[in-house]
Amino acid sequence: MKLVPKILLEGKNINKVYGHGKKGVHAVKDVDFKFAEGEIVSIVGESGSGKTTLAKMIMGLLKETDGELYFKNQARSLKKFSERRQYWSEVQAIFQDPFSSFNEFYKVESLLKNCFKLRGLKLSKQEMEDRMREACIFVNLDFDELRKKHPFELSGGQMQRVMIARIFLIHPRILVADEPTSMIDACSRATILDMLMKLRKENNMTIIFITHDLGLAYYVSDRVFIMEHGNIVERGTAETVIAHPTHPYTKQLISDVPKLHEAWDIG
Amino acid sequence: MKLLSVQELKTYYKTRFKEKIVAVDGVSFDLEEGEVLGIAGESGCGKSTLALSLIGLFAMPLCYDSGSIIINGQDITQLDKETRRVNVLGKKIAYIPQAAMNALNPTCRIKNFIFDIMKEHHPQMSKEEVYHLAKERFKDLNLDERVLEAYPNELSGGMKQRTVIAISTIMNPDILVADEPTSALDVSTQKVVMRMLKSLMKKKIVKSMIFITHELPLLYHIADKIMVMYAGQGVEFGTSEEVIFKPLHPYAVELMTSIVVPEVGQKAQKLSSIPGAPPNLKYKIDGCRFAPRCKYVEERCKTGFIDIKYNEERMYRCLLNRKVVDEVGA
Repeated sequence: MKLVPKILLEGKNINKVYGHGKKGVHAVKDVDFKFAEGEIVSIVGESGSGKTTLAKMIMGLLKETDGELYFKNQARSLKKFSERRQYWSEVQAIFQDPFSSFNEFYKVESLLKNCFKLRGLKLSKQEMEDRMREACIFVNLDFDELRKKHPFELSGGQMQRVMIARIFLIHPRILVADEPTSMIDACSRATILDMLMKLRKENNMTIIFITHDLGLAYYVSDRVFIMEHGNIVERGTAETVIAHPTHPYTKQLISDVPKLHEAWDIG
Repeated sequence: MKLLSVQELKTYYKTRFKEKIVAVDGVSFDLEEGEVLGIAGESGCGKSTLALSLIGLFAMPLCYDSGSIIINGQDITQLDKETRRVNVLGKKIAYIPQAAMNALNPTCRIKNFIFDIMKEHHPQMSKEEVYHLAKERFKDLNLDERVLEAYPNELSGGMKQRTVIAISTIMNPDILVADEPTSALDVSTQKVVMRMLKSLMKKKIVKSMIFITHELPLLYHIADKIMVMYAGQGVEFGTSEEVIFKPLHPYAVELMTSIVVPEVGQKAQKLSSIPGAPPNLKYKIDGCRFAPRCKYVEERCKTGFIDIKYNEERMYRCLLNRKVVDEVGA
């Protein structure tokens, strides 16, 4: 018998319109998706294609104009604070700009301690410390060096890794990674990608990876969605989309990425 | 013809605690006419500081220490600040800053930036002449004329970036220093900007270019030569083909294996990540700067000054014999 993957998050006809009337911008149009447990799905598109809007709706930071979202086969409701809190302990995000995703007044130690609060765990001091240390080892950081530091004392790559350490402590079911590597350089990028894949392996986490770089999407993900002007124009496994693109936009995206073994037409 | 020659350039940042952070420490290279030199390296290795130093813009906290920057036979470090600004900047060497698209004043029309530059450098030209010149140049570079009348907020990110490039090369500088001109743009816009940079070279608006980025596949397509920087020093020089496919310095080898491209078979490859962090440039470093992170470190790497080694036309800063590093690359 074929193993049926468990669907964790499902969206039906999701729409988002910014503004209203004639001036309204239809950012996301009739998008359907199903994310199964433990898979990495990439959403690829150029700036303004609606990928971040979609991510924010999945996170529950924006309300969808139209459509239904099902989390664990139940219609998602985020009306009460307790509901939102419960949802966010299971759905977490890493944002594009590590420099603005931290509270500047908190030290790294208190940032990480807050994760236990979100999960509602009551731990002794020693246990907390052990777990935080474990999380820092997971992301190749030295906890004793960092604990008394403020976020602005860290480099971009370090901040992004602290962010992943948070994820490691919270153990969410779904992680939305919105361009987590676009602000950091090529060398630390490999580290971040490997950590995301390790997270998936250890926690069976679903990762929604948003990027404009098809190369990264191909490297990390199982499935790839291509978005253009708010529509998902192509979807499929990473191999098929890269090797046999069908939609003209996908072909264009692939040709726009500079490659090593193929000519790149820049005149 | 040698257009630019940089010799043992050393510049540092002065912090408010009177510390010296030597961000560019003894960098030397030559740039021939018609050549594109790529500079690669991770964040904090001194790429952008090198770019700022090259145009001779030593504004606090950046200070000049020693070495020379010779453009067309003239050492610009010896000139005083005012002469440098009037005669060198924009005319001989132009610079596109990293956040070029945020460099435009939002309350000015694009044409006013050009009037402003020309008023300073060619006061005899009338406004009509300047406008005509700007129009011709924008047409040459496939930019819409209406951009001249627009305000910066009416333009998209890629458009702003291209506008800044067009403005900074309006006086036909010999050398263009582009500091990460595409790192904030998405892949499709990136290609448009790269096309424009290439056409600048083709139409001989600029004679040579220095292109700074950490995106190696990009460098491969635009640069003729590549210099890899680590902790303020150049660690490897060579043609782009050599540096990307046959790197010699252990750091360059690691850097090249971190390339991600959408090519079939990439998924099976393991990306490498270098453990540890680059050294703090506040302190004097003894021995090879990459030694603490190097897989092939030997006892002799840890002391003394490591000089550049010349080996079959390749230059790199490493003590290990070539065979060892070759095996890593294979």
